[in-house]
Amino acid sequence: MELLGQQILAGIATGAIYACMALAVVMIYQAIDHLNFAQGEMAMFSTFIAFQLMLWGLPYWVAFPVTLVVSFIGGVLIDRVVFKPIHDAPILSHVVVFIALLAILNSTAGFIWDFTVKAFPSPFGSAPLFGSSLISAHQAGMIGVTLLLLILLFVFFRYTRIGLSMRAAAANPVSARLVGVRVGWMNALGWGMAAAIGAIAGILIAPVVFLEPNMMISILLYGFAGAVLGGLTSPAGAVLGGFLVGIVENLAGTFIPVIGGELKLPIALMLIVAVLVFKPSGLMGRTVVQRV
Amino acid sequence: MSTLLEVTGLVAGYGGIPALHGVHFSLEEGGVTTLLGANGAGKTTTLRALCGMIRGRGDANFAGKRLIGMQTEDIVRLGIAHVPEGRGTFTRMSVEENLQLGAMSRPTSRDIKQDIDRVYDHFPRLRQRRMQQAGTLSGGEQQMLAIGRALMLRPRLMLLDEPSFGLAPLVVREMFDILAGLNREEKVSMLLVEQNASLALSLADTAYLLETGRIVTSGPAAQIREDEGVRRSYLGY
Repeated sequence: MELLGQQILAGIATGAIYACMALAVVMIYQAIDHLNFAQGEMAMFSTFIAFQLMLWGLPYWVAFPVTLVVSFIGGVLIDRVVFKPIHDAPILSHVVVFIALLAILNSTAGFIWDFTVKAFPSPFGSAPLFGSSLISAHQAGMIGVTLLLLILLFVFFRYTRIGLSMRAAAANPVSARLVGVRVGWMNALGWGMAAAIGAIAGILIAPVVFLEPNMMISILLYGFAGAVLGGLTSPAGAVLGGFLVGIVENLAGTFIPVIGGELKLPIALMLIVAVLVFKPSGLMGRTVVQRV
Repeated sequence: MSTLLEVTGLVAGYGGIPALHGVHFSLEEGGVTTLLGANGAGKTTTLRALCGMIRGRGDANFAGKRLIGMQTEDIVRLGIAHVPEGRGTFTRMSVEENLQLGAMSRPTSRDIKQDIDRVYDHFPRLRQRRMQQAGTLSGGEQQMLAIGRALMLRPRLMLLDEPSFGLAPLVVREMFDILAGLNREEKVSMLLVEQNASLALSLADTAYLLETGRIVTSGPAAQIREDEGVRRSYLGY
């Protein structure tokens, strides 16, 4: 029984990583209505920017906000330069561009910073929290930051005019234009915000998994699983889904002997398939009620 | 009265195939002009071209500004509110959020709350449902919401695309009474597109008849109503 409790706690700790990533995934899904396969690489690249800034001698708390701003601008540029011209293209074209972006960011990072694994500092320190070996101060800090981010996003989308405009632009671009919402810029803003949230995720994840160009590949998969499980339309659902994926992954790895450490990743994929088959809107996603 | 909107030689279409071949009409400040015509005559296309949803050629002059070539978002800011075909409801948002969106191009101010209240005074049923998801409203309520959303812009001109479409006759009557009231009290000019010609002629002061992308007849609404051809083809008696 004690083992169960410990494993759940450890699951929540890993889940914080996935929750953070899932939040970034949902964010961009809300803005552009597609899953961004390059989201993980964008986060990785942002983390390298933070790494480089610190290498140049900037202190952590300067490098952090600068990275967020640079990532935000980068996200806006990606939208304006790459996605605006293919705005009316079919989904498949978008997917191809997502994958291209993934490959470009991955190899560029490898080219600049090479593929060796690098340590990345944590603002919370890596000491165990309250002497417990299950959850470190960094992981606790990560959970805190994820939840804070979620609350901020909720307030932004629910109570601000620009948040409302962004939701309108995503839900019904034609109508949004007719009430004067500048839909193109709302998309760009969505990309910028997703890139900045991705940067936060990357910076928080890097101290755990270490920094290297491929650090996000499996994490993005777990992040997708979390987002799908929680519901792609709900940021809160995505965070919950991320934590659940962490817990399920840990429990299955511990209690089902066949799975062990090797087969943990397929669990994320199985979760995605199961959710899509049995509850496509996810745990907290809104089922759209529509009159016909 | 002065001319608010003057359209001349308007050509527009879809995918290179023109649907309008040089449409012309004008609208007086404070007036209601209706475009009548059968399915496919080019009524909706005209409205779309006017508010920049599709590209058009020709001239459309609104209070001294040339509309053709402008972005939809900027045309809205001139005070032109389009109530589109199919009502354009933000189905997943609440009724109140839909109304807030109507004022999105106006600067933030406390007036917006008052204006929402004013819309609720016009449409008490929307007040009852203010927190409800807009997609669950009935067709008539959604049409009221679309008109309410347009009012939130404090428009000088409303473009109304078939406000009677798909509604029960009693609801249609109510809707047109409200529109007549808005025109009278709020001095909103209206460009009304309708298939239901007798209804449209009861509200409008001026009417134009569109046939396959061309204006074929025009005149004061009362005179058009007496027109033999219009009566037979569009009024059915």
